[in-house]
Amino acid sequence: MRNLFPLILGMLAVTFIPRLLPFLLVSERKLPQRLNRFLSFIPYTALGALIIPGVFSATPQMPHASLIGIGFACAFAWLRGGIIIPVLGSVIVTFFMLISKFGLS
Amino acid sequence: MLVTQNKRTGFKEGFVAGLPLVIGYLPIAVAFGILSKTIGISLRDCFLFSSVVFAGSSQFMALNLLSVGAGFGEIILTTLLVNFRHFLMSASLAARLTHDLKKYIPLIAFSLTDETFSVTSFRQEPITKAFLLPLHAVSYVAWVTGSVLGYWLGSFLPGILQDSMSGAIYAMFAALLIPMAKKSNTILMLALSSGLINALLTYLQILPKGWSMIFAIVLASGIGTYLIKEEEVTENA
Repeated sequence: MRNLFPLILGMLAVTFIPRLLPFLLVSERKLPQRLNRFLSFIPYTALGALIIPGVFSATPQMPHASLIGIGFACAFAWLRGGIIIPVLGSVIVTFFMLISKFGLS
Repeated sequence: MLVTQNKRTGFKEGFVAGLPLVIGYLPIAVAFGILSKTIGISLRDCFLFSSVVFAGSSQFMALNLLSVGAGFGEIILTTLLVNFRHFLMSASLAARLTHDLKKYIPLIAFSLTDETFSVTSFRQEPITKAFLLPLHAVSYVAWVTGSVLGYWLGSFLPGILQDSMSGAIYAMFAALLIPMAKKSNTILMLALSSGLINALLTYLQILPKGWSMIFAIVLASGIGTYLIKEEEVTENA
């Protein structure tokens, strides 16, 4: 295998710089109002794009296994809120869905 | 008195907020370790990928390209494209940072991920270093540890356990979004429209990998600034 160190350094540069630059540009500066609103919408739009369409192929061998697990997370978050129980619950539901089909392998 | 109390609760909250990320990251990191071993890179390089690059999807993409004999230049360029969405997230977070975090900006920027960004953005209280630093540290440690564990003992883990955890990240994203969407249709519309644009672009495969998401975020947020009235989304101001 090749020496991967130059690759790793290159990847560090192209992942770190885009994460760092906005902090240096935005901090302590008064932004135009429209830009500020644009930035304030990003948490919601980013979350939407992070969930869809990836959520439909989280367990490719049985897509509805993870979907039903996530369905539990959604229902619990809707009724009670919280993060840890929805996440743990979704893992448990998905686990039982998967062993019901494939057994413990 | 009040300040130290805030600090302490912030620290604990940051740590606890990081726990779902640990559940979400571990199986993905373990998978990365297993794949590293499978394609024949050293444990040192596997560790360096996770600890120095710290960019999940790009790391998988790099292994993939390495195994088909791609050049370093090509891999680095693809990494830039795949991870460029963080530029938008950093900009959004930077607009909210408090002054006491200035010193830690390189550290925070380095360890920003989709998941830490989402958790932080939905916090109603001010974003302090006592909250942010443990959150980032917990997720970083989980990612690096998981990679090394996967490399060492991945082949002993039952695959089904790992598969069960692969939806955990989505469960977390959903659990973050739902309480907000419950309160505001505008937020639901922002998230849905962005998700649908992303799904459409991903399905059509007209953009390079990673750019569908960037395009969806920019387009949905941009349209939002024109369609949404001033007072409708205020939680995040």
